[in-house]
Amino acid sequence: MYDFQLVKPSSVAEAIEALGAEDAQALGGGQTLLPTMKARLAQTDTLVSLAHVEEMKGVCTDDAGRLCVGGGTTHAAAAEALKSDYPALSSLAARIGDPAVRARGTMGGSVANDDPSACWPAGVLGSGATVVAAGKSGTREIGADDFFQGMFTTALEEGEIITEIRFPVPEKAAYEKMIQPASRFPLVAAYVAKFADGVRVAITGASSDGVFRWTEAETALSQDFSAEAVKGLAAPDAGGMISDLHGSAEYRAHLCKVMTARAVKAAG
Amino acid sequence: MPKDMGIGASSKRREDVRFLTGKGRYTDDINVAGQAHVVFCRSDVAHGRIEGIDTSAAEGMPGVIRVFTGADFEGVGSIPCGWQVTDKHGEPMQEPAHPVLAQGKVRHVGDPYAAVVAETKAQARDAAEAVEASITELPAVINMKDALAEGATKVHDDLRDNLCYDWGFVEENKDAVAKAFDEAAHVTSLELVNNRLVANPMEPRVAVGDYASHDDSSTLYTTSQNPHVIRLLMGAFVLGIPEHKLRVVAPDVGGGFGTKIFHYAEEAFCTFAAKQLEMPVKWTSTRGEAFMSDAHGRDHVTKIELALDAENNFTALRTETYANMGAYLSTFAPSVPTWLHGTLMAGNYKTPLVYVNVKAVFTNTVPVDAYRGAGRPEATFQLERVVDKAARELGVDPVALRRQNFVTEFPYQTPVAVEYDTGDYNGTMDVLEKMIDRDGFAARRKESEARGKLRGLGINSYIEACGIAPSNLVGQLGARAGLYESATVRVNATGGLVVMTGSHSHGQGHETSFAQVVADMIGIPEDQVEIVHGDTARVPMGMGTYGSRSLAVGGSAMVRATEKIIAKAKKIAAHLMEADEGDVELKDGKFSVAGTDKDVAWGDVTLAAYVPHNYPLEDIEPGLEETAFYDPNNFTYPAGAYACEVEVDPETGKVDVVAFAAADDFGNVVNPMIVEGQVHGGLAQGIGQALLENCAYDEDGQLLSASYMDYAMPRAFDFPMFQVDSQSSQTPCTHNPLGVKGCGEAGAIGSPPSVVNAVVDALQSGGFTDVYHIDMPLTPDRVWGAMNGSATGQGAAQPAANADDTTQARSVGDGTTATH
Repeated sequence: MYDFQLVKPSSVAEAIEALGAEDAQALGGGQTLLPTMKARLAQTDTLVSLAHVEEMKGVCTDDAGRLCVGGGTTHAAAAEALKSDYPALSSLAARIGDPAVRARGTMGGSVANDDPSACWPAGVLGSGATVVAAGKSGTREIGADDFFQGMFTTALEEGEIITEIRFPVPEKAAYEKMIQPASRFPLVAAYVAKFADGVRVAITGASSDGVFRWTEAETALSQDFSAEAVKGLAAPDAGGMISDLHGSAEYRAHLCKVMTARAVKAAG
Repeated sequence: MPKDMGIGASSKRREDVRFLTGKGRYTDDINVAGQAHVVFCRSDVAHGRIEGIDTSAAEGMPGVIRVFTGADFEGVGSIPCGWQVTDKHGEPMQEPAHPVLAQGKVRHVGDPYAAVVAETKAQARDAAEAVEASITELPAVINMKDALAEGATKVHDDLRDNLCYDWGFVEENKDAVAKAFDEAAHVTSLELVNNRLVANPMEPRVAVGDYASHDDSSTLYTTSQNPHVIRLLMGAFVLGIPEHKLRVVAPDVGGGFGTKIFHYAEEAFCTFAAKQLEMPVKWTSTRGEAFMSDAHGRDHVTKIELALDAENNFTALRTETYANMGAYLSTFAPSVPTWLHGTLMAGNYKTPLVYVNVKAVFTNTVPVDAYRGAGRPEATFQLERVVDKAARELGVDPVALRRQNFVTEFPYQTPVAVEYDTGDYNGTMDVLEKMIDRDGFAARRKESEARGKLRGLGINSYIEACGIAPSNLVGQLGARAGLYESATVRVNATGGLVVMTGSHSHGQGHETSFAQVVADMIGIPEDQVEIVHGDTARVPMGMGTYGSRSLAVGGSAMVRATEKIIAKAKKIAAHLMEADEGDVELKDGKFSVAGTDKDVAWGDVTLAAYVPHNYPLEDIEPGLEETAFYDPNNFTYPAGAYACEVEVDPETGKVDVVAFAAADDFGNVVNPMIVEGQVHGGLAQGIGQALLENCAYDEDGQLLSASYMDYAMPRAFDFPMFQVDSQSSQTPCTHNPLGVKGCGEAGAIGSPPSVVNAVVDALQSGGFTDVYHIDMPLTPDRVWGAMNGSATGQGAAQPAANADDTTQARSVGDGTTATH
């Protein structure tokens, strides 16, 4: 780890201010950034820890009935708070990493990092959630469909942080994942959510473009919300899939189908 | 009733108190006043020519004391290899130099070419980044077939080629074996890979070198399984320091698994630099460095053929193996695929003719050497896989085929040099069949199928050669060391004992089990016996711990020394009781004279030895301290039968181990609880190899599995509760005083074929009748690929023996490998 300054703001406004400094970097729970810095693969002059920004923590419900999860909410806290109102999303949070990771890692940190194998992006995209980002020029709302722009790439501007994500609650939903045995990140995972106006299917772990919506499955499931409807589909194109030590592109494409069908079944 | 002390009791591990309360004293806990820290600059290319190294910027950085390069080690010895194999033409193996810091070329990712010593670790790390090495990348040889091709890039320019040796065993049997194959009623053949592994002990390697100018002596604190061996190898061959001027200390060591047997460049560096700089120098490996500098294990590619007659008797066995040596010869690397592998190819079977061919190959990868089991897992895997395949081809029960061919009469001279002294392979198989409710399997399979899962049962035998080893024999085989063990037993005046053993405990629990043996022999409480190990200044001599040898060889030395103690103590007791020495008995810590009421306590005798007022000074010396060296006259042969039951998810290819049973014959058992723990650990590593672990390189020699993000370590979550039994079928070793055979490696040796046999059985039951083999690790991707007839996504590939266009067998790489 190289030397850096640690800043600990206690409000969003102070955090935005601190992130305006030259080469400043926001720190959520540090489950990705800190190991990367320890390995000297990342360095920053100023690390702005969001751990003390209380207004970014916790879950509440807005007037539209959406569940609003603060960006600084840990996976463990989110899992607990979402348990009765959105069990599928709660279950996603409850199965991330291990207890130590869930106690430190935050939803906002995971979504902002947009690891192509992370769990939260599937929950956000699958739910059609709205990301609230705060930055120098104010606060804005970004729809999930516009937010994820490729592996480790999001619509966040320099200095912006995720203060909250607003999740509409579907009629039914479930998250099914196959883990990569070394990292225990998803090898492929599917988040399926059935809303009154249609079904959303988000896949993580599979594509070299990061999390994506499997639109063919969405169309089929909107007409017939059953595992059989998924089994009748061709697997997504393996062309853009990740191929590595843990799974070929063809295997990942195949798993998209299996995990989606299982999620549909689990959603009931 | 289970015993509550002594031999056969499950005494709690006394060392665990300090380990579990954070009071263990590991090498990294050792900080010598005034120590400096070293950080190594390691090659990030697999093969390259060093054009120049500019250290000037680094030398000017804060805290930097000195920057070393290969040039500083000209005139210093090469890291030695401890075993010379003779090839099938009678020629010695090709043996390259291994400089402490690379000279001229770097030969694998992680090869150190410079070392920065600074006042703090952070300063050394900063300065290491400022060392500017000009390295021209050269084509790398990763794949063993490519490495042996005509005109291949040479790992070592001064060698003929990349072939270390081509070994035939027994070469004289080759023609007779060929003839038996010609005459066979059935031949089963199989090509397979034994995947490369990283040992991953919990504690990374550490070295602290110290130098005392007042007496010109050096001390090395290091994470080693055998400090005396390091003292000899480093002192005599690398740095030219005589034993009496060099102390090597290996304190608490957090796991070794073989990879801490070897003498490493970092140890020599710290000892050398401490003397040069006249200040202690410390190195602590990072986990990332461990992946690219600890010797790896396994990495064999094999073709095996089994010949059977019309009655299904095994008539001959023939193998051809490519064994990866990596870029340099690690300490015992050449012995692993030869004498620790070829000699076990008869397995538990009375196959009369065996021929083993091994080609050891240099590649631009981390050196490969012994890893838990070392050669014997490779032998067991291929043999038990081919026997299973033969049973399937012949449509006979795999257990019945094994039983039909078991060796049943002992001693048994195998066709591959070794003689099994004793064993009962039907005995352990009987125990196993009772443990696993084999008759109930069909119902369990049905139940799995009802849940959409395929269930498979894999059963196999194994045998290993442990208690390494008779020195005169291994000397003939090329060992450059003796493999005896020594122990000194010192009895103190008030009756307590200190045993100084050359065995080294790095998790095995010797401090408990060795004390049980001595306490039992004398009849005193175990807490009266202290076990000292791991320090050449405290223990006179030692060959260390590996090859499941500690109790069989080190324990035997300790027994012999204790017998000498008892013999002398009886003389003293006889004097004190005014009795004839021949009538004195020792029981429960008390000497008595048969047929009388005379007795004298152990403590009174030991006190007399050190306060010899009433003492036979004319006959014996005062004091009570004895040393024994024990050199075994044969290996020991632990053996057993293992069974694995799996469920395979046909949609994803995921394998779940739902039950695992191990029936072992380790001969006599000193501490059943410790033995059970050793088997559990071995099983975790063996099943880990079969399902999860894979050290993979890409075609350019970049290490793909260079962290825990990509190298899959097994976790408790991945296993069922193991059923183990080493009590019900025991044939004590016939040639050592305790009748023990060794238990440390069995689990890792016996379990990989059980897992693969079980997965193949599951797939066959699901209608995938053309899947006869899948290469380890059986990742979901590979299993799914096998079920879907594909062999997609091969990354870097190492060839099978006799590789051709249709062979996908390889030891590393991604994707799916199936033999159809």
